[in-house]
Amino acid sequence: MSTTATTIGPAAQPSAGPRAFLNRLRSGDEVAHVLTLVFAASIVLITSLLVYDLWANSGLSRAKFGWMFLWTRTWDPIFENFGAAPFIYGTLVTSIVALIIAVPLGLAAAIFLAELAPRKLSDTVAFLIDLLAAVPSVIYGLLGIFIVVPLMRTTLGPALKHVLGFLPLFSGPNYGVGFLTAGLVLAIMVVPFIISVSREVLLTVPRDQREAALALGATRWEATWQVVVPWARTGIMGSIFLALARALGETMAVTMVIGNDPKIKASLFAPGYTIAAVIANEFTEATGDLYLSALIELGLVLFLVTFILNGMARLLILATERGGGRPS
Amino acid sequence: MKKTLPFLLLLGALAATAGAQSSGNVLVNAAGATFPYPIYSKWFDVYHTQHPNVQINYQSIGSGGGIRQLLAGTVDFGASDGPMTDEQLSQSKVKILHFPTVLGAVVPTYNIEGVSAELNFTQKALVGIYLGTITKWNDPEIAKSNPGVQLPSADIVVVHRSDGSGTSYIWTDFLSKVSDDWKNKVGKGTSVNWPVGLGGKGNEGVSGLVKQTPGSIGYVELIYALQNNISFGKVQNASGKFVKADLAGVTAAASGAAKDMPEDFRVSITNSSGAATYPISSFTWLLIPQHLDDATKRDVIKDFLKWMLKDGQSYNEGLSYAKLPKPVVDKELKAVAQIQ
Repeated sequence: MSTTATTIGPAAQPSAGPRAFLNRLRSGDEVAHVLTLVFAASIVLITSLLVYDLWANSGLSRAKFGWMFLWTRTWDPIFENFGAAPFIYGTLVTSIVALIIAVPLGLAAAIFLAELAPRKLSDTVAFLIDLLAAVPSVIYGLLGIFIVVPLMRTTLGPALKHVLGFLPLFSGPNYGVGFLTAGLVLAIMVVPFIISVSREVLLTVPRDQREAALALGATRWEATWQVVVPWARTGIMGSIFLALARALGETMAVTMVIGNDPKIKASLFAPGYTIAAVIANEFTEATGDLYLSALIELGLVLFLVTFILNGMARLLILATERGGGRPS
Repeated sequence: MKKTLPFLLLLGALAATAGAQSSGNVLVNAAGATFPYPIYSKWFDVYHTQHPNVQINYQSIGSGGGIRQLLAGTVDFGASDGPMTDEQLSQSKVKILHFPTVLGAVVPTYNIEGVSAELNFTQKALVGIYLGTITKWNDPEIAKSNPGVQLPSADIVVVHRSDGSGTSYIWTDFLSKVSDDWKNKVGKGTSVNWPVGLGGKGNEGVSGLVKQTPGSIGYVELIYALQNNISFGKVQNASGKFVKADLAGVTAAASGAAKDMPEDFRVSITNSSGAATYPISSFTWLLIPQHLDDATKRDVIKDFLKWMLKDGQSYNEGLSYAKLPKPVVDKELKAVAQIQ
């Protein structure tokens, strides 16, 4: 506690005689308490300011379109008719596709690294994964354009069509760009988060738990899957929600591979659009007041979508915990 | 802790010297269009070496952002790829003058398997393709202007810009002029509600998609196509001739329009007359307030405008921008005097 307070202190009040200030900090917990409280409160303040600003600046659009904004399927900057439905749909679909791919992959990798791999290998791979998490999203976008898009058009897409073409999800023309490609690129981007956090959580499961399970005659896999993973479930869920949040708000990489066409189509091969992508694409050149206001309202909608999904996630965690999820 | 104090003192000293240096200098702030940014930054740089006390700071945040900042008064002047609308002009406290600076053009680029010939596009063909009424490459409207070319029956994949841009403005301005259908259904603007097609971000996004997707057609800036050796098709102009875009053809388009240039220079030169004219081209403008309170800044801006219209134009072609035609330059030089 005191170490954090001493590093924060001088930055906050450089002129008030640093030495005297340090002494006061060392002598009483109150100062540290107040400081940490202020910093914690600033998060609440920033969030409320953000919502207030989005709310206030989207007034024109809210007044004109009302709730219809949420399910109107047109986005026409010239005739000033705006609706968010295609963007909400695109945001949800790409994020869900990303999670469907990334969760099994990330979880399996985390279990291997935490439970089965030799410690040295596990640490090396974990280091590489942390590096991956720090790669800027535009790099993932370029990777998408030059590798995933051609792969989807020439190999992956036709193969999927061949096997699952009878489903509406995998029918229609395949341009290489679209919901599926965007979901795939997003999955590659969020997998490091899931692996990194889940591995850490799995490593904190007490050794007693494993040994007890093994002593009762469980195989190594049974001990891992039935004892260690359930113990770490809350943390693993946390890693998934972190991944979801990143997927919902991702802009650059998505706009480079999704095709940027605001339409709602059942096919995953069809081009689509996401909320974050349209804001980034059109904000700089938006000249009309209503146009700008509608873009800001999209920001508000994205905030709401994230808020609702996070709330649902919390409820899910609560529900599973009440059902006696964690063995203790 | 003890180490930070000398560091802070050093910072303070640096800030103080920087402050002292800037006094007596003139700093002009501007913001706007991205399309002319390479030539603008060249001009401002050369002008700065000739007038070391003048620093023009230009932020290429997009035409929309430039207009907004100009109206809010946070910049001294703005820049835009499309002229300001009457509604926007009425929001301004002072009158805003438009000064054309350079010319740009937009060209159709395509990727058809088995076709390496340079295609001719009629105006009807481009409109039909972008409206989604022409869907196959062997459509009679495309085939009739390309005799001898074996066009496949492949589907046309339309590519457009996803980000709001002056390039889209010029492209849709041309389509609106040659087709009432387009004008009433889609209209012209930096972003429109595209009837069909995929969106690519930036010139590089569009050309990337076209390069990768067989059967696709897109549009990019002429300067981008020239610098990256991207092949592009000819477009039919108002006289019915098929013209391949080059800098001379773009300047010709501006000369064609110079005769009936309005006093405020807010003019569209797409599809203008003349046999050699390339039809999809446009001016890009600087937006200057007619009245500036700060006399030094005003004189600097006026002097820069005069320099840009005379000496500055010689840098254009090196950077693949078309020069302003002589009649337009003369008319603009007269207009500079209006700034007070």
